[in-house]
Amino acid sequence: MSPVNSVLGSPIKRREDPALITGKGKYTDDLKVFGMLSAVMVRSPFAHARIKSIDTAAAQAMPGVIAVYTAADAEAAGMPGLVPVGWLLDTLKTPPHPMLASEKVNHVGDAVAVVVAEDRYVARDAADAVLVDYEPLSACTNPKDAISDGQAQIHDEAPSNIAFDWEIGDQAKTAAAFAAAAETVRCDLRNQRLIPHAIEPRAVLADWNEATGEMTIHLTTQNPHVHRLLMCLSSIGLPEHKVRVIAPEVGGGFGSKIHHYADETIIAMCSKLCGRPVKWAATRTETNQTDAHGRDHVTSAELALDQDGKILGLRVSTYANMGAYLSTFAPAVPTYLYGTLLSGQYDIPAIYGHVVGAFTNTSPVDAYRGAGRPEATFLVERLMHLAGEATGLGPVEIRKRNFLTPDQFPFETQVALTYDSGNYGPAMDRALEMLGYEQLLADQEQRRQSPNGKQIGIGFSAYIEACGLAPSAVVGSLGAQAGQWESAELRVHPTGSVTVYTGSSSTGQGHKTSFSQIVADRLQLDVSQVEVIQGDTDLVQFGMGSYGSRSGAVGGSAIARSTDKILDKAKLIAGHLLEAAPEDLDFKDGSFCVRGSADHSVAWGDVALQAYLAHNYPENLEPGLVASAFYDPENFTYPFGTHICVVEIDPETGTTELLRYVAVDDVGNVINPMIVDGQIHGGLAQGIGQALWEGAHYDEDGQLLTSSLLDYAVPKMHNLIDFELDRTVTPCPHNPLGVKGVGEAGAIASPPAVVNAVMDALAPWKIQHLDMPLTSEKVWAAVHSQ
Amino acid sequence: MYPAQFDYKRATSVEEALALLTEADDVKFIAGGHSLIPMMKLRLAQPEMVVDIARIDALRGITEEGDGVRIGALTTHAEIAASSVLHEHCGLIAEAAAEIGDTQVRNRGTIGGNIAHADPGSDLPAALIAAGATVHLQSASSTRTVAAADFFLDLLTTDLSHDELVVAVTIPSLGRSTGCAYLKFEHPASGYAVVGAAAWVKMENRQCSGAGLAINGVTATPFNGNEIAQSLVSTDASDDRIAAAVESVQPEDPMADVFASADYRAHLARVFAKRALVSARDRAV
Amino acid sequence: MGITIELEVNGQPVKREVEARTLLVHFLREDLNLTGTNVGCETSVCGACTVHVDGKAIKSCTQLAVQCDGAKVTTIEGLASNGELHPMQSAFWEEHGLQCGYCTPGMIMAATHLLDNNPSPTEAQIREGLKGNLCRCTGYQNIIKAVQTAAGAEG
Repeated sequence: MSPVNSVLGSPIKRREDPALITGKGKYTDDLKVFGMLSAVMVRSPFAHARIKSIDTAAAQAMPGVIAVYTAADAEAAGMPGLVPVGWLLDTLKTPPHPMLASEKVNHVGDAVAVVVAEDRYVARDAADAVLVDYEPLSACTNPKDAISDGQAQIHDEAPSNIAFDWEIGDQAKTAAAFAAAAETVRCDLRNQRLIPHAIEPRAVLADWNEATGEMTIHLTTQNPHVHRLLMCLSSIGLPEHKVRVIAPEVGGGFGSKIHHYADETIIAMCSKLCGRPVKWAATRTETNQTDAHGRDHVTSAELALDQDGKILGLRVSTYANMGAYLSTFAPAVPTYLYGTLLSGQYDIPAIYGHVVGAFTNTSPVDAYRGAGRPEATFLVERLMHLAGEATGLGPVEIRKRNFLTPDQFPFETQVALTYDSGNYGPAMDRALEMLGYEQLLADQEQRRQSPNGKQIGIGFSAYIEACGLAPSAVVGSLGAQAGQWESAELRVHPTGSVTVYTGSSSTGQGHKTSFSQIVADRLQLDVSQVEVIQGDTDLVQFGMGSYGSRSGAVGGSAIARSTDKILDKAKLIAGHLLEAAPEDLDFKDGSFCVRGSADHSVAWGDVALQAYLAHNYPENLEPGLVASAFYDPENFTYPFGTHICVVEIDPETGTTELLRYVAVDDVGNVINPMIVDGQIHGGLAQGIGQALWEGAHYDEDGQLLTSSLLDYAVPKMHNLIDFELDRTVTPCPHNPLGVKGVGEAGAIASPPAVVNAVMDALAPWKIQHLDMPLTSEKVWAAVHSQ
Repeated sequence: MYPAQFDYKRATSVEEALALLTEADDVKFIAGGHSLIPMMKLRLAQPEMVVDIARIDALRGITEEGDGVRIGALTTHAEIAASSVLHEHCGLIAEAAAEIGDTQVRNRGTIGGNIAHADPGSDLPAALIAAGATVHLQSASSTRTVAAADFFLDLLTTDLSHDELVVAVTIPSLGRSTGCAYLKFEHPASGYAVVGAAAWVKMENRQCSGAGLAINGVTATPFNGNEIAQSLVSTDASDDRIAAAVESVQPEDPMADVFASADYRAHLARVFAKRALVSARDRAV
Repeated sequence: MGITIELEVNGQPVKREVEARTLLVHFLREDLNLTGTNVGCETSVCGACTVHVDGKAIKSCTQLAVQCDGAKVTTIEGLASNGELHPMQSAFWEEHGLQCGYCTPGMIMAATHLLDNNPSPTEAQIREGLKGNLCRCTGYQNIIKAVQTAAGAEG
C-alpha cells in the first residue's frame, strides 16, 4: 500500500509546463534540419471526379521549386503508397487507398500531387500552377442515402457503397421484448459529423539517409510505433528497423493523430526522391478537409419498457458514414466501440444493434474523443429521457429503477462486455445534491407560468465508458490488427535516479507528470528523480500509444509492473548486502530493511550502485537494474458517472444559455486530481460543443462548407461556464493501480446532458427530439412550428 | 496561409498614397490589414501592389469637430471603443466597435479598412448608418463626402472608387438625453454579426424626440431602419410602440447560410431591433 | 525584391531582409527561430500566434513583417525576465492552465495584455477578453483561474 502522504493522488504541478509556458516546447513544425525543404500538397477541389491529366511542367519550372511529384513517382521511390486499414470485420470491403490519387479523387482534399520547394511560400505558388484536369462526377455525402440506388458509386470493390454490415446482440430475443412491452419510446437521430480541431495542425518532417537507408520521421502522432508499423506494412516500402518515428511535443490529438495519413508517406517519398529533409505542415483548411472526422451516424433507436418502467429491450439501427476511405481504426468505431456500449448503466435483458457502414464522398471518419461510445451513450440517454417522460417517472427515477446494482458486478451485458465494477446510484445522488434539484424544479415550474419568457431545462446523462481496449486476444478476435497491451521499461541509474520509457505517447495529457508519480510512489523517490521518455521508436521498445483513455490504465499499469520487477531484483541485491532473505525485507522510506530490525538497512541508492558495480553481489544474478513489462489487461475498465446540465432557452430567438453543469465522475483511483479534472473540463467543452455549436457540413456536391474556423464553431471562452465537478471512487479491480481512465468521459457524457436539458426546457411545446447541434434556429423553428 | 507576391510601397501622406494608385493595375491600401491580409492568405485577393498607409498621421485620431466627431480612417476599433469623446457624443459607434472580432483584432483593425471592405457581418456599418455618419473620401483630384447610408452598395462593394481613399468618418453628436444600444447575435464560429442592431433613442419629457436604427448581417448591405425608428418620434416610445414599429423591419432578400436561414435572419432582425430600441430608450433617461 | 526592416524583438534590435508577403508569424518563426509563437489557423480566429506589437496584443498571422518595421515586438520567449517567469506564466503552471501547450504562448500573451488594460477582471471580462484565443484541451476553466491568480499576484 502507498503511504498516506503519497505523491500518488497529489495535484503536483506538471513537469511538462516549464518548456510550454516559455515557448520552448518543440512541436513538429518548430523543427529545422540543415538543408530542409518545404512541401505543399495539391488537393482535389472536387468531392468526386476522374483525373484526366496532371500537368506539372509550369510548376516544375518555377524558381525555387525542387520537384513536383505525383502517384507515378511513388513507384520510382520504391513505395507501395497504400494507406492501410488496421481493423477488419467479416463483411468489410477494403478498397485500396492510394496516398496520391491518379485515376479518381473521392473527397475534397484528396491529394493528387505534392510540390517541394525552398520555402513554403514558393511551394504554395507552384501548387497553384499544377494543372489538374478533372471530370467531375456526382457525389454522395449521407450514409443512408449512399447505399440506395442511383447514388454515385465510389469504389468498385464496394457495391452500393456498403463498407460493412454488422450486428450485435440477439435480434429474436429483442423482438420478443418489444412484443411484450407496455411502453416503447423511439428516437430517430443524426449524431452529426465533427472535426477534431487539435489546435496544432498535423505536420511531418521526413529525413532520408541514402547512405544508411534510414528514414527519420518527426510526426504529429499519438502512437509513433503504430504509425511506423502501418507505414512499413503498407505504404512506405521500408523495413521497420530502418524507420524511426518521433513524436516531439504534440499539440492535441483527440483521436485525429492516431491514424496513418497519406501525407506521412508522401513526405517521406519527397525526402527519398529529393535526397533532402522535407517538412510539411497542414493549414487549417487542410486539416479540416483531411483529418479524420468523427461520429456521423444516422440512427433509429427504440426502447421497450414494462408497466413499471423497467427496461425490457433496446433496438438500434445505424448507418455509419465511413467517408471516402477506411481510416486506420475506422471499422472498429461504429461497431465494437459503439454496439458494445449500448447497455449503458442499465440492466437491459435484450439488445440488438445493426450497423451498416457506408462509403461517401467525404473525409474519412475515424476515432474522435470517445469514438463510438459517445454515439452509444447519446442514444441510450436520449431514450432514457424520453422514457422518463413517457412513463411519468421523470429522468431520475427511470434511471435509478434500471441501474445495475453493486451486487451485479462483474456484470455481463447483452452486448459482449463484462463490466468490472460500478456503483451508479451514489454518483447520481451526489450530482443531485450539488445541483439542488428540488429548487431548480420549482424555478422551472414558475418559469413555465410565462410561456413566452425564458424557460429552464434540466438534462441528465448517466454514462458508462469503456477504456483501455483489451485484452489483446479478445480485440484480435474482433478484428484488430494489433495488440492492445502497453509496454514500459525502467532503467535505474547507478545513482538511483530512474528513466522510464513508456509506449504511451502524450498529446497534452501530462504523462511525464502522472507516470513520474507512479514511479516515485512505488520506488519512494522524489518525482524529480524520475524522467519519462516517450514518443520515439528508437528509444522506446514498442508501444501502442495514447487513445481510448488507455494511458493511465494500461500504460500506467505497465509502469507499475516494471517497478514491481525492479523492486524484486533490488531486494535480491539488498538481501545479499544485508545477509538476509529477500522475503524478509521491507522497503520503507527509501531503504530496504530487515523486517523487525529497522537499523539493519541499506538505502535505495546503495542498492542501485551495487547493481552496476557488482562488487559485492549475489551469485547468478546479472548486473544492472533494468526491467520492462508488457501489460496486457484482462478487461476494459469502466468509468462512469452522472452529469447534469441546466440551460435557459429564449423562445423568441431560440438561443440556449448554459446556466449550470454538474459532473460527478468515477474514474477509479486518481493519480493526479488536477490533471484528471483538466481532462474532464476539456472533454466537457468538446461534448458541449457538439451539443450546441459544432458540426461539419457538406453541400450536395460534397463541398465542405465548414473548412475554416470562421464556419466551424469550436467553443470559445465566452461560450462556456464554470463546471462543477466531483468524484466518487470505485477502483478498477483488475489493474495494479485501480485506475480506470478519464480522457474521454467528458465528451461522452455531456452531449446527451445538454440535449436533454434543452428538450426538457422545450417540454411545454411537446417537441420529441432535435438533432445536434442545437443551433438557435433549430430551437426557434421547433417552437414556432407548434 | 501564404499570400502571393506583391510589391510593397509605404506612403507618408495621403497625396503620396493616392499617387501610388496609378503605379499598377491592382493596388490595395493596407492599414491594419485585418480585412485585406485574411483575403490574401486564402489567395482570394492577389493584389499587384500593396500601399501601406498606416504611417500617415493625418489619418489618425478622434477629434471633436463642429457639432460632432471626426474619426480618422486609421483609427483602430480599440481606440474607438475606448474613446471618451465618442462615448459623449455618440456612444453607439464605440459600442459597436467594442463588438468587433476580439481584442487582438480590435487592436489592429481600423475603421477605414472596415468600411471599405463592407463585410455584411461587420459591426460598424449599421451603427454609422443609424447615427447618420458621413464618409469622407479623397482622390488625387478631389474630395467628396457620402452619407454612410449611401456608402454601402452591395456585398463587399461600396461607393469608393478605385482612385479614392477613405480618409475619415464624421459622426453628428446625438446630443443629451440620448441612449444607444448595439445588440449583436454573433455567429458562433466567426464572431461576425448574424444580426447586429444599432439603435439610438432621444427622450425629452418622456417623449421621443429622435431615433435611429440600422441592422447588420441580415442583408448584403445594412438594413436602414432610420425611418422606422423615426416613427417613434413624438410618442412615448413604449414597449408596445416599439414592438409595433419593428414589424416594419422587413428586409428584402435576407442572406442565408448553414447557420441561419433567410427567414430566421429576418425574424432575428425584428427581435434585435426591438431589443436594441428598448434598451436605447431605457438608457436615454 | 527583399525589403529591409529594422525592429526590436524581445528587447534586441533586429535587422533583416524579408519578402513583402512574409507574415509576421513566419518572420518570427522562420527568420528569428522564435518558434514559441504558433500557427493554428489561417483565418485570424485561433489566436495561437498572439504577440505584442508596441505593447498591444495582435495576431501575428494577420500582419506583414514589413508593417512592423520600427516596431517593438514581444513574443512568449521575451516575457520572462532575468530567468524569472512572468507572473502569468507562473499562474498558468500553478493552475494547470495548459495541457498540450500549443495555444499557450498566444493565450499567455493575450492574457498579459488583458491585465495591462484591466488589472482585476471579472470572470465574464476574462471570458470576453480572451475569446480571440481558442484552446481545445482545457475547456478554459483553469485558464481563467490562472488569469485570476496572476491578477492577484500582480495586484
